[in-house]
Amino acid sequence: MSPDFHEIWVYLSASPLAGLTLTLAAYQAGMWVFERFGRRPALNPVMIAVLLIAATLMVAGIDYRTYFDGAQFVHFLLGPATVALAVPLYRQFQQVRRSAVALLVALLTGSAASALSAVAIAWALGASERTMLSLAPKSVTSPIAMGVSEQIGGLPSLTAVFVILTGIIAASFGTWVLNLVRVTDWRARGFGLGVAAHGIGTARALQVNEVAGAFAGLGMGLNGLVTAILLPVLYRLFFT
Amino acid sequence: MLGTLTLLLSCQLAGELTARLLHLPVPGPVIGMVLLFVGLLVRGGVPEPLQETAGGILRHLSLLFVPAGVGVMAHLNRLEAEALPIAVALLGSTLIGVALTAWVMSVLSRRGPDAESRDAEDAP
Repeated sequence: MSPDFHEIWVYLSASPLAGLTLTLAAYQAGMWVFERFGRRPALNPVMIAVLLIAATLMVAGIDYRTYFDGAQFVHFLLGPATVALAVPLYRQFQQVRRSAVALLVALLTGSAASALSAVAIAWALGASERTMLSLAPKSVTSPIAMGVSEQIGGLPSLTAVFVILTGIIAASFGTWVLNLVRVTDWRARGFGLGVAAHGIGTARALQVNEVAGAFAGLGMGLNGLVTAILLPVLYRLFFT
Repeated sequence: MLGTLTLLLSCQLAGELTARLLHLPVPGPVIGMVLLFVGLLVRGGVPEPLQETAGGILRHLSLLFVPAGVGVMAHLNRLEAEALPIAVALLGSTLIGVALTAWVMSVLSRRGPDAESRDAEDAP
């Protein structure tokens, strides 16, 4: 390696530009693979992008913190994106007001069951407290999940990984489990996917049926709200 | 675009300030979401530019997960050491969550006023 090239390399690997460009390029590669191979749930674009970036960083010998200094500009937009969820929430709120009671009971049951069963199973199999706390908000869209995780003493970046895996699991096995419990109502099927598996579940529901997609979006927004309010309260009751 | 981005950031900022001042256990952006939601209820509709900007951001929502997802690198040791509890907890709780939410909702709405609008026959 010539000295000039080495200097350029040192500069690039420390500047935000490289991390930012790598993030966008890897995501577009992930989208391309997802579209190219028939939009299979297992080929989730986020997962592909994450693996591509992680592999690139390891090969280039760049640590995560250095990468994140650049990628944080993308990460920052999670805040305004969370605020923007008010728009679909409002649009669907008008449309589904009539089944409000059924939605509310299903939401509270599903939200509590997702969080409690995750913590209970992890606890029964001997997971550490940090891991359990990071698992608790994993059914919620990641801007909210990471905020909740931080508040209750989990690791936000570990929670983000769990959130993405949860979405992929629901997108892959959701149809199967919904058929197993014999739920045929599109509204209920979509709502289940949205409450338990946030944006990735919603994207999956939208692929199958428009009504299911609308109820999934509503479920995602409402569960974000419920989890953000309830989990920190539950944590204070049980852990402190 | 610029105006609505300012609106979204203002809601977030107001949310952060509210959370901190009142010591609420809720992330600032979530309070910002509630503020915007209440604002839309009061106004009684979504302005066209807000619809466009929000739609644009939410369409690429999954991109925003990527930087945090790469954090998997920082947790490889933990994921390896606790692989079994993590895998079973994620798989079990996700399937329980999907099934239970959908089942409760379908049972309750069957008895409700929406029963006649159910399209049970042609579900997959």
